[in-house]
Order: sequence, then structure tokens, then C-alpha cells
Amino acid sequence: MKSNRATSIWIVLLLALHVMVVFAGFLGPYDPTEQDRKSPYLPPMRLHLVDAQGHFHARPFVYSLTRREGAFDQYEEDTARPLPLKFFVKGARYRLLGFVPLRWHSFGTESDRIYLLGSDSYGRDQLSRFLYGGQVSLFAGLLGAGITLLLGLCVGALAGFYGGWRDDLLMRLAELFLALPWLYLLFALRAFLPLAVSPLQAFFLIIAVLGTVGWARPARLVRGVVLSAKERDFVRAARGFGATGGYLLRRHILPGASSVLLTQAAILVPQFVLAEMTLSFVGLGVPEPVPSWGNLLSSLQQYSVLVSYWWMYLPAFIMVPFFLGYLGLGSRLQQYGEPYKIGK
Amino acid sequence: MATTGANCFLPRLSQGLLWALVWSFAAPIVAFPQQNNSKEEFLVLPGETGRFGGRVVVALRAEPKTLNPLIAADVNSREVIGAIQADLVHINRTTQSTESAVAKSWKISPDGLQYTLVLRRGLTFSDGYALDADDVLFTFRVYLDEKVHAPQRDLLLFEGKPISVRKIDPQTLVFRLPKPYGVAERIFDGLAILPRHLLEKPYEEGKMGQLGTLATPPNQWAGLGPFRLKEYVAGQRLVLERNPYYWKTDAKGNRLPYLNELVFLFVPSADAQVLRFQSGETDLISRLGAENYSVLSREQKDYTMVDAGPGLEYNFLFFNLNEPGEKTSAETPQKLRWFREVKFRQAVSAAIDREAMVRLVYQGRGSALWGLVTPGNRLWRDDQLPHPPRSLDKARGLLKEANFSWNTASNGGSTLVDSSGKPVEFSIITNSSNTDRSKMAALIQDDLKQLGMRVQVVPLEFRSLLDRVMQTKEYDACLLGIVSPDADPNVDINVWLSSGGTHLWNPSQAHPATQWEAEIDRLINEQMYARTFEQRKRLYDRAQEILWDYQPMIFLASPDILTGARKAVGNFRPAVLEPYVLWNVEQLYLRNDAVNASR
Repeated sequence: MKSNRATSIWIVLLLALHVMVVFAGFLGPYDPTEQDRKSPYLPPMRLHLVDAQGHFHARPFVYSLTRREGAFDQYEEDTARPLPLKFFVKGARYRLLGFVPLRWHSFGTESDRIYLLGSDSYGRDQLSRFLYGGQVSLFAGLLGAGITLLLGLCVGALAGFYGGWRDDLLMRLAELFLALPWLYLLFALRAFLPLAVSPLQAFFLIIAVLGTVGWARPARLVRGVVLSAKERDFVRAARGFGATGGYLLRRHILPGASSVLLTQAAILVPQFVLAEMTLSFVGLGVPEPVPSWGNLLSSLQQYSVLVSYWWMYLPAFIMVPFFLGYLGLGSRLQQYGEPYKIGK
Repeated sequence: MATTGANCFLPRLSQGLLWALVWSFAAPIVAFPQQNNSKEEFLVLPGETGRFGGRVVVALRAEPKTLNPLIAADVNSREVIGAIQADLVHINRTTQSTESAVAKSWKISPDGLQYTLVLRRGLTFSDGYALDADDVLFTFRVYLDEKVHAPQRDLLLFEGKPISVRKIDPQTLVFRLPKPYGVAERIFDGLAILPRHLLEKPYEEGKMGQLGTLATPPNQWAGLGPFRLKEYVAGQRLVLERNPYYWKTDAKGNRLPYLNELVFLFVPSADAQVLRFQSGETDLISRLGAENYSVLSREQKDYTMVDAGPGLEYNFLFFNLNEPGEKTSAETPQKLRWFREVKFRQAVSAAIDREAMVRLVYQGRGSALWGLVTPGNRLWRDDQLPHPPRSLDKARGLLKEANFSWNTASNGGSTLVDSSGKPVEFSIITNSSNTDRSKMAALIQDDLKQLGMRVQVVPLEFRSLLDRVMQTKEYDACLLGIVSPDADPNVDINVWLSSGGTHLWNPSQAHPATQWEAEIDRLINEQMYARTFEQRKRLYDRAQEILWDYQPMIFLASPDILTGARKAVGNFRPAVLEPYVLWNVEQLYLRNDAVNASR
């Protein structure tokens, strides 16, 4: 029971993370592509409640950071210029959920820009980039997993239920796809496309490739479930009453495969998010300046960034609860949904 | 002087004995190395006197492709060859002017057509064979031979006619030019004098291109440079040793170089080079990016970092102005119409924030550019060239004059459209291996977004980028950089001339495509043969101004030459011309404690 509570916590956290990412435009203070050229590699600002004179303020504030004379990336807190945190401020335009045009942001300041997670080499707000980047990465994961599972379900059900040459053909095809090196497939696909691919095209290309390549494993799992289910007594009985193949699959067989699919989904989503990150990390993903979690991490390829700017690692750490959450979800689903438990 | 003579004599004697042994068994026909050390005419270098001994380790980004100066085209090969070979007349990397080298003096005839060069007496190749005028004759015969395909051949042709060489006596040669050429002595820089005794036979057999691989046995490769081949370990390092016959001495008359060994390590990435330098595995570092330079500067312990100032690298953006071919897509003619519009290019140039580029890409260690000549080129930069600050208003005005207009979208952003209502969208290709250029492209993308242009940045592998620019010509715009090997503008001639292969926006034209390109061709050709510096400068400045007016290349920024050396290395004086830290390798030495402690 105790472990169940732990998993619930992970799941709540996961939900919170998804909600945060969906409302990136509102939660993040700025447009993720907006460059603030006077503040490259600005470290995260610290939230204060007590000012330099020792006075307490109910409203949290940050001190504005000014660049040291002659330096490129050295900043000092200017205690003469406190920036009180304001909530529900008007700022850059964005579209909530993709279609509601809004200008309200959850927080911000009146004058200068505020960087709670620091800024990158172009002075772009890392917090906004992380939240918006999640939209690309998570959506790629969810959509990719969806396509994979749908394909896997169809192929697995067909192969398992009808058997014979169809089974042979589909399963050999699945083996072929299992052996396919998807990274090189993507390289090859990219070579056939026109030179400049818009961010949206690149995004759907990634999803399509990830989705189509990954179907083999769930298809084999579904096939196994279908194979055993179609020999069960209630299925035979239904067949004896004249049920058609489609009806049997829909009504009696596939519902048994749902828990397998859900568990697979919980495993596949983080896998695909990771795949998207890998692609963006090597520069094959969504092109800059659109943020994605892989793009955020790709600056860490440079030694100078690794040793100089610790806040560039933060996106990597924030991803940990995300992956743990999905793992927790996966194991919980497996626990509850063992399709035909024997002895309990 | 006396001590050095004795020092040199001993190894030479033992080597001579060895040679005698080897050759008596192997090749009795080959003559014994001629000795003529009686009256050597040394070149005396001023400057700090160093100590002998020790070795210096330098990292190269890749293995040099060859040691053969006739086929070397890559930076790494040139860097190694520079330490092994020597030229007749040399360009001093700090003063940027010519000075005597293997040739001790040169005279120009009144008509400017004839150069008389006198060789130093008593010079010897690194294998002990004497140098004479026949080696020089042979060298030029090979460089000029079409079948050899030497990259230097183009330098020796004047309007298609080759330079001719005649021997007067064993020390004197006369070079005759088909046309008077302002700075003919500069062409001798970098033309390594080849050892005839080693290369004549392979040359006559037509095997010149196969010579000089890294695996060449050290005794079959020789030069007049300060070092000679010692050992090559594939994939790891190339070791050069001191050339005991080198012809330069320090102010006290000690024969240079000071170092016993010069080691090149092959370290493939810039970051790995920084780590090696930090850990003390290498002694010198150059070709540093600004980020890595500041990482190294932050914790200087036993090394010093030197910003040698603005170099000769110029980075620029250019649009594809080629005639559309048969295979090009339907969009190309439309895009070509924008790109050919001078006001469009001027607007792009006005909208680019060059100061931000210098600050964000080079961390302030660089300079903004408005022309091809960088501030590092003291003699040739054109101070009259306008340096307008970034102005979006001016850019918008220019676009309006060229019949572009703006559509306002519902989300408040505006899109630039041309007279037929098509939104202005194009891509910029750049080489993916250069993070600086990718960053510049990202800044331009954001700059142009403010004009309502939709720009995409496509990083490409360098070869496929060159293929697109030079061969298939399928691209919209490209961001590239060129590093001039010399301060004299004639090295960039192929960029200027419309017939040039690196006339990037429209290379290798049969006839100049535009009036202004024809005018640039005329000015550049005229300055090549002008007699005085003032004349040349005036013509060259005019060509730069035309380039500025028409903006076929939109110049962006130029990085400083950033270098570093271990504190133990003496005489470290980085230059802004290549090779940045090894140009005075014969004078580099290890200070007192370092020699004892090391190796």
C-alpha cells in the first residue's frame, strides 16, 4: 500500500508537469525566442524577502543584475534597484492551448526582465524556453506513442486473430522494423526533404518517423494477448452464437489487451520524449530558435558552457521527476491491470 | 660562434659516418653529402636570446594530409610544412612586410619586370646536402608544371603567362615577369624550396603527387626549415627534430632553433584541445574560440593567454545571385528577384546588428566589419568606408522604396511581402562545425524577423555546403568566412574577380554579370599591376566602396586571434597572420627550470 501512495505522488507530479507545460504561455514570463542581447548567460536571479537594509517585504523581489564593466558574462546584484515580483502582468502575446490569444502572464516585473532560471547565450529566458520546450517534447512523445500503439494494435490484432500467412507476413515485417536503425532512417529521410524545413514540418516528421518505427514491439505483445484470448471459452461461445470476427475483436478480445497497451504507453511516452531530445541534441530535431528539451540541452555540448554556466543543467534535472513519474505510472498500471490474473 | 660550430660538427660527423655506412651498402651511386660549411651566410635574428634543449608540444585538429608542399591544401599540413621548409623571401608575420630569407637580397629592374635574387652562401638542406641555384630552378620548374597541379601555380601566372627563371651563377637567379607586378617579392613567401637531389628522379617518373606521405622515412625528406622529420605515429603524433644545418642565428650568433623537438599531437576537437592544454599536455594553443579563451583566462596558473588582436578572418552573408539553372525549383526566380534588388540587400545589411554579434559571438574579442579588409590589416583597411550603425528605420525605408510592404497578422506580428504579395521567406545555410557562424546566423534570423522576414537557419556539413554554393547552386543565402593568408589583397583575388572560383555569390562567370562587377574586375586587375602602393591602395579602396554600395557580400564581423602558451615557453609572440604561434618557432625556447624538469 505504501508503494502505491508513492506512485500516486509521482502521478500527481506528472500531471502537474503536464499542466505546467500546457499553460507555458501563461506561466512563462516571456516569449521563448525573444533575445535580450544585453544579458547573455545571466545567472538565475534570487528571490528575496528581506532587502539589503534588513527590511522585510511581503512581496518577493529580485535585485536587477548589471554586467560588470568590460566583462561578457559577469553580473552583480544592484541592490539599489529592487524589482518587485508582480503577478498577472501583461506581456508578450501568445495563444493559450494554441488558439486563445492572450497577453496575461502569471508573473513578471514592471520594468526590467526577470530570469528565475537564468538566460542562455542570446539572453533568452530559460524558464520560458523550458516550459515551451516541453510542449514540443511532450507532444512529440504523446503523439508518437499514440501512433505507435494504434499501429501496433491493428497489426497485432490482425496477425493474432486471423493467423496463417497474414500472421507470418506481419510478424516478419515487425522483425524487420525491430532491426531498423531509426536514427539512420531519419538521416536518410532528411536528405530527401528540401533544404529548409519549417519547425512544424520538422516536428511532424519526427513524430511520424518515431511513430512508424516503434510499432513492432506493441504489435507482438498484442498478438500474444489476442492469440491466447481467441481460444478462451467465452470467445468460442460467442463465435458459436454467430459473432463475426470484427465483433469478437471489438467486444471480447481487444478489451483484454487494453492494460497491455496502457502499460506500453507509459513506457513509450518517456522513450519517445527521450528520442526527440536525442534528435534535437544532435541538430536533427526542431530547428532553432524554437525551443525543445533537446535543443535546451544541446548547448551543453560545448566545454565552455559545461564549466561556466551551471544553470544550463537545470532543464536536465527538471526532467528527472518527469521520467520517474512515467515509470511509476507504468508499474502501477501493470500491477492493477494484469489481464488474466491466476490465483487471485 | 666557435662553440656552436663545434656543437654542430660532432653530430654532423657521426651522421656523416652513418650516411657513409648506409649508402655504401644501399646505394653506392649516390654521392656523399657535400660539405661546404666554411663560409655560411647566416641570417641573424634580433630578440631575446634563449636556451637550447627541450621540446614543445602543439595540437593539430587533424592529421596533416601530406608533407609535400606541392599538394598541401589543408591548414594542418601547411602548419607542419612551415616548420620543415623555407622560402626565398618571407613575409614577417608581425610587421606584415617582406624580408630576406633563403635569398639574402633582391633587386628590381627599373621597368619592374626583372627580379634578381642572390642566395645565401653555404646553405644546406636538413639532410646535409648543399643548396644551390639548381635547386631553385628545379623548384620553380615543378611548381609551374601543369601536370603537378600545385596550388601555388596560380600565383606564378600573370594573365595566364608564367614567370620565368634563369640561373646566372650558383648563387644568383633572375626571375622575369610577363607584366610589372606591384608586389612580386610577396609571391615567394610560402613557396618552399625543394631538394632536387631527393625529388628530381620521382618528378621525372611522374610520381610527384605520391611523395611526402606522413610515413615517409625521415632520411628521404628534407627541407631548409628549422626542423626536420623524426617520427610519425599514425593517429597520435608527428615528431620533428632540430635541423642542425639551419641558417638563422640569434643575436649572439648561436645557431637556431633552440628546441630539440617540436611535437604535433592530433586532437580532433577544439574542446579536447583546451583540455589537453589545461592539463599541461600541450604547450601552445591557437585558433581558440572566445568562449574557450575566457574559460582558460579565468584560471591562468602556469600559462598566459594572449589576445593578439584582430586577425584577417572575415565573415559575411551572401545571397545566391546565380542565373537559375534547369533543375531549380519554381520559387527560385521569385527569390532571385528579391536578392538581385540592391535595396533589398542594403536593407538586410542595415538591419544586422554587428555590434551585438561581436559582443555575443566573440564576447567582445572581435570587430564589426563593413568591408572585406579587417582592422587587423593595418596597411590596407579603408578608413573612408562608411560604418553606419544598425538602423531598422533605414532598412524599412529601403524596402519600401523597392516596393515591399507589410501585412499585419492577427497576433500583432507583421510579415514582409513583395509587390506580388508573396511573403519574404528564405533560408541561410552555414557550416555546422563552426558554432560562431551558427550563432551569427541565429542573430541575423532574429534581426530580420523584426523586418518581417521569415528566415530559417540550416547548418550543413562543410563539404555539402561548398557543393551547394559552387556546384549545384541550390541555396538562398549563405553565411561563411574566409581567412586571408596574407595582408596583401592579391591573395583574395579569386573572391573579387567575377571569373574567380570563390567569387561566391556567382562564381566563375564567363563575362561579368553586372556593370559593377565589371568595374570591380577592372579596378582589381589594374591595382595588381600598379607600381606604387598609393596607386594600388586608391584602386583597391574604390573596389571596396563598390562592394559596399552593392552589398553582394554583407560583411559581419571578424574575430581576434586568441592564443595561449605555457609560461615556460620563451619568445612567445603570437601574430595575426598564419601560423599564429609557430611563425617564429625557431626562436621559441624553454626557460631554465622547464628544460631541467622535463622530458
